[in-house]
Amino acid sequence: MAPILKISGLSKVYDSGFTALKSVDLEIDKGEIFALLGPNGAGKTTLISIICGLVSPSGGTVVADGHDVIRDYRAARAMIGLVPQELTTDSFETVWATVSFSRGLFGKPKNPAHIEKVLKALSLYDKRDSKVMTLSGGMKRRVLIAKALAHEPEILFLDEPTAGVDVELRRDMWNVVRELRDGGVTIILTTHYIEEAEEMADRVGIINKGELMLVEDKAELMRKLGRKQLRLTLHEPLGALPEALADHGLELGKDGTEIVYTYDSQGERTGITTLLSDLSQNGIRFKDLDTSQSTLEEIFVNLVRNQQ
Amino acid sequence: MNFHAVRAIYVYEMARAFRTLLQSVVSPVISTSLYFVVFGAAIGSRIDEINGVSYGAFIVPGLIMLSLLTQSLTNASFGIYFPKFVGTIYEVLSAPVSFIEVVIAYVGAAATKSIILGLIILGTASLFVPLRIEHPFVMLTFLVLTALTFSLFGFIIGIWADSFEKLQLVPLLIITPLTFLGGSFYSIDMLPPFWRTATLFNPVVYLVSGFRWSFYGVSDVSVWISLAMTGLFLAICLTAIWWIFHTGWRLKS
Ligand SMILES: Nc1ncnc2c1ncn2[C@@H]1O[C@H](COP(=O)(O)OP(=O)(O)O)[C@@H](O)[C@H]1O
Ligand SMILES: [Mg+2]
Repeated sequence: MAPILKISGLSKVYDSGFTALKSVDLEIDKGEIFALLGPNGAGKTTLISIICGLVSPSGGTVVADGHDVIRDYRAARAMIGLVPQELTTDSFETVWATVSFSRGLFGKPKNPAHIEKVLKALSLYDKRDSKVMTLSGGMKRRVLIAKALAHEPEILFLDEPTAGVDVELRRDMWNVVRELRDGGVTIILTTHYIEEAEEMADRVGIINKGELMLVEDKAELMRKLGRKQLRLTLHEPLGALPEALADHGLELGKDGTEIVYTYDSQGERTGITTLLSDLSQNGIRFKDLDTSQSTLEEIFVNLVRNQQ
Repeated sequence: MNFHAVRAIYVYEMARAFRTLLQSVVSPVISTSLYFVVFGAAIGSRIDEINGVSYGAFIVPGLIMLSLLTQSLTNASFGIYFPKFVGTIYEVLSAPVSFIEVVIAYVGAAATKSIILGLIILGTASLFVPLRIEHPFVMLTFLVLTALTFSLFGFIIGIWADSFEKLQLVPLLIITPLTFLGGSFYSIDMLPPFWRTATLFNPVVYLVSGFRWSFYGVSDVSVWISLAMTGLFLAICLTAIWWIFHTGWRLKS
């Protein structure tokens, strides 16, 4: 499938001399949910801002569905919606007016039915005649999302959409995102809630210090980098691990009632068979076993740590 | 041309004026009425007619110009500065609109507002003094050209300013003195020769003089020179806008 967004050699040096992006290459497929993960200051907002026209790139190109975002900005921007990281809203407008304004601004004729649909999906319809400044932070966030959806974009950017957002809104938001994806909209989000990327995204990109370190199918990523842990709950607690088991790199946990074995699920040999036979040879019996896979968070922390 | 966007911004800006009706219409009308009471009635009754026009009527065109200039400037500069200040400008920057369309929408709205205000003040003035407008078409031309020019100027200030102080600096330090010394309240013939010459470097003199000519058919300088000067200021502002456009928006990093 042809990518709907193609970023090539994108770099940004701010006027201050700070290099925020170092030659980023990235392709986003049509209809996917892509999560961009990275610590604060990694360059996520800068990347999104260049694509959306808020920041001028220092080098490289971005092409959205065949339209260069600078040379052919009208066509490119008409298909892009942006929910910014900061809560920046028109205080004095009503919800309805500010969302309708966005639709017009993006060159679309009036369509009250669509505005109504968007407001209802975000549970904002009851508040349509309220001034934005009278709304809570979470409600303002919904307004920003509604504004971004007012012109029916094909690509939607959500810059840390759930930062400081309550559980209810987060749930609503993910419902909206899934619905949009089902409708063919491509979604690119940044988040520092790694569970969210894990739960929502089809693919994940990890960015740190302006460099895109890794782009991977989420499941693939978890499989590749995922280390698995095998936990054995023992019948009788052990004071210490027997010498004979030293080679396995085991850890003794929970006051000696649990043995934890960490292994690479990608490896040729996981070493589980030998471990189990060694255990029985040493007369260690267990009553339960359980395996768990590392989360994206652990993968992420490892990657970022290795780069430093 | 993205007509929907131009209309959206224009309507939005006009709505802002209606929301702040008190500030945008009532207060200029009150202050103008006060000028009439003080200068027209109280002081004016002791001043002779100027070029056959009673003093109260004489100051009307100047007072309208004064409001037109300051309102165009503050309206347009605030209109673009405020979204910059609160951050909502992100939406305009990310929209499929060109710089020129943004200028048309913001400047068009600001100019419309100050033209309406100018007409309201004209109506108010007619309650205080007998008015006659000998050249209504020329009058409207001056009204529109001046509103456009100073709205453009205001837009430029709004883009340039990065603090509220700077936003208010130009109107306060430049426009108010120039308007007060621009022949709103006197004919420049009444000045000593040196000041009469010095005044000719004040652009506002040409606007007020030309505007007054459209009312009473008398002016300090030829109406053609006034028109030419107004056109020149407009051209200067358009050039400045063109220059800003070519050196980047100044709104992006
Ligand atoms: N306008 C700017 N001028 C100079 N440096 C900036 C500017 N905007 C952002 N930066 C710097 O660029 C880096 C990346 O910022 P940003 O893209 O906002 O990161 P993220 O969104 O991943 O937290 C940060 O170190 C930030 O301080
Ligand atoms: Mg950010």
